[in-house]
Amino acid sequence: MYAQMVKSEATQEDPEKLATFQARIDAGEKIEPKDWMPAGYRKTLIRQIGQHAHSEIVGQLPEGNWITRAPTLERKAILLAKVQDEAGHGLYLYCAAETLGVSRDELTEMLLDGRMKYSSIFNYPTLTWADMGAVGWLVDGAAIMNQVPLQRTSFGPYSRAMIRICKEESFHQRQGYDIMMKMARGTPEQKRMAQDALNRFWYPSLMMFGPSDKDSVHSAQSMAWKIKMNTNDELRQKFVDQTVPQAEYLGLTVPDETLTWNEEKGGYDFAEPDWKEFFEVIQGNGPCNTERLAARNKAWDDGKWVRDGLLAHAEKRSMRKIAAE
Amino acid sequence: MSDDALFEFLCRMGDNTLVLGHRVSEWCGHAPVLEEDIALANTALDLIGQTQMWLGLAGEIEGKGRSADDLAMRRDVWDFRNILLVEQPNGDFGQTMMRQFLFDLWHLEMLKALSGSSHDRVAAIAAKSVKEVQYHVERSGDTVIGLGDGTSESHRRMQAALDLLWPYVGEMFVPDHIDAQMSEAGIAPDPGELRATYDARLAEVMTEATLTIPDSGFAHKGGKSGMRHSEHLGHMLTQMQWLQRAYPDATW
Ligand SMILES: CC(C)(COP(=O)(O)OP(=O)(O)OC[C@H]1O[C@@H](n2cnc3c(N)ncnc32)[C@H](O)[C@@H]1OP(=O)(O)O)[C@@H](O)C(=O)NCCC(=O)NCCSC(=O)c1ccccc1
Repeated sequence: MYAQMVKSEATQEDPEKLATFQARIDAGEKIEPKDWMPAGYRKTLIRQIGQHAHSEIVGQLPEGNWITRAPTLERKAILLAKVQDEAGHGLYLYCAAETLGVSRDELTEMLLDGRMKYSSIFNYPTLTWADMGAVGWLVDGAAIMNQVPLQRTSFGPYSRAMIRICKEESFHQRQGYDIMMKMARGTPEQKRMAQDALNRFWYPSLMMFGPSDKDSVHSAQSMAWKIKMNTNDELRQKFVDQTVPQAEYLGLTVPDETLTWNEEKGGYDFAEPDWKEFFEVIQGNGPCNTERLAARNKAWDDGKWVRDGLLAHAEKRSMRKIAAE
Repeated sequence: MSDDALFEFLCRMGDNTLVLGHRVSEWCGHAPVLEEDIALANTALDLIGQTQMWLGLAGEIEGKGRSADDLAMRRDVWDFRNILLVEQPNGDFGQTMMRQFLFDLWHLEMLKALSGSSHDRVAAIAAKSVKEVQYHVERSGDTVIGLGDGTSESHRRMQAALDLLWPYVGEMFVPDHIDAQMSEAGIAPDPGELRATYDARLAEVMTEATLTIPDSGFAHKGGKSGMRHSEHLGHMLTQMQWLQRAYPDATW
């Protein structure tokens, strides 16, 4: 299956150019926007960087949901700063995608009409304050696990965007864990909220890494091109191994009765998420898909007059400047 | 000058930034363009930071052990001292930016004056805030100009926003007995003295924005005295204070 995929994405190209390109990748060189690249490489990057950017943008919503209810001024400021960072990360990523010949507006239209995806995780609701902890701890934790290796990805602009993003991201995870700590060590109600948040976010977080390797259609080619550095299952395993001791430290129970340490492999054995649910969510049937897309569409539609107005003003100004010269 | 009056004055400063910061933060994730999401979050962050300083000092002056969070999260509507302008709902993006500009322009002049306050702590907070607010007013002013002098639709919306919010401008400049005590002690200016600079700068920006300042001196009052807030503030507090009220024994 992998070999088949590798072939199908690359067959249209001039074999000589393809070989030179692959040799550059294998030698660890970075590919820059002006370099020759196979159409499939460009297409995969646009898809992956675009989806990643959209995830940052849609990802503002579940956390934005709690900004106006943050329990203290400091928590509110931290959460705002985090969501602001996410918008900034979206911006870096759209810029990286634009170097491949697609505009931010085109990508946005594709998100809004459902042609492009965003991470499944943001289709789950945030129901209590502990969810702000769980999102930071688990969701950002998973995002970091995925993004750290992507700093070494073969496409220069993507790699540089990842380096900037990773620098800011570790603060996000720490603040999430800090919220969880306060909740887990707090009143009985807070503790209950913390456990409930872990119960609801555990499996959706595991899904962030994508389908299991046997069902991952893009992995083989993407890894050959170093667009992806690890398989989905490798990263999922690392995430579980990192997170289980953190849950134990919090005194919380991971909602997986089969979870056991496997001495031989040096990692945990754990239950797979419900992949039927995952495919439903990415097809639009998650708990919040409709709301999330509706919110983004509303922001875009309601904002049209603003974008048009500012553009018209900028044009008038440059006309006046030309007239004055 | 009594500590009560100073406490009252500090609550006015801190409640303005608290309430406006909250309103601006409601935009998070819903702005017309990504750059505006970032800029609005930035403004909200500055205002929340300023709130922590003003209400923190207010709590110290009061001397009853209340923190900035206690003041923000545990007072009811009648104890809030923000002007009515900042509690007005966001409306469309134009209304939000018009509200911001009308406030920022006053805020900047106020903070400049407070930077020379006879009260060191007040002067220090103002000096720190003034740099942030300088940037706020440049940004909100540019946006008002850009949208006022943009398309016919953006112009129409900005004029509507100005007409709607204009009656809330006057309250910023009407002095009362608290202001009198503050200016007598050299802590804060008489707000009436800020009006001339405000009007001059406002006229410049509105001319460039091709907007017409309404020909009316009418001013709603009752926010900064706490006498009569609008109905909007109570709804805001139901969200903002909910966790602290529902779980009063918890720390977060
Ligand atoms: C590992 C993935 C996610 C998937 O591997 P690939 O090789 O691309 O795909 P596969 O062949 O394995 O999958 C088959 C199909 O399933 C799709 N699909 C799979 N998983 C998902 C999913 N979870 N959600 C939705 N769809 C998913 C996949 O697109 C494909 O469908 P299409 O053929 O396109 O229709 C990879 O794209 C990647 O590393 N992306 C960059 C990292 C990134 O995007 N991070 C954002 C994270 S959060 C964040 O940043 C943040 C954190 C906190 C706050 C705010 C923000």
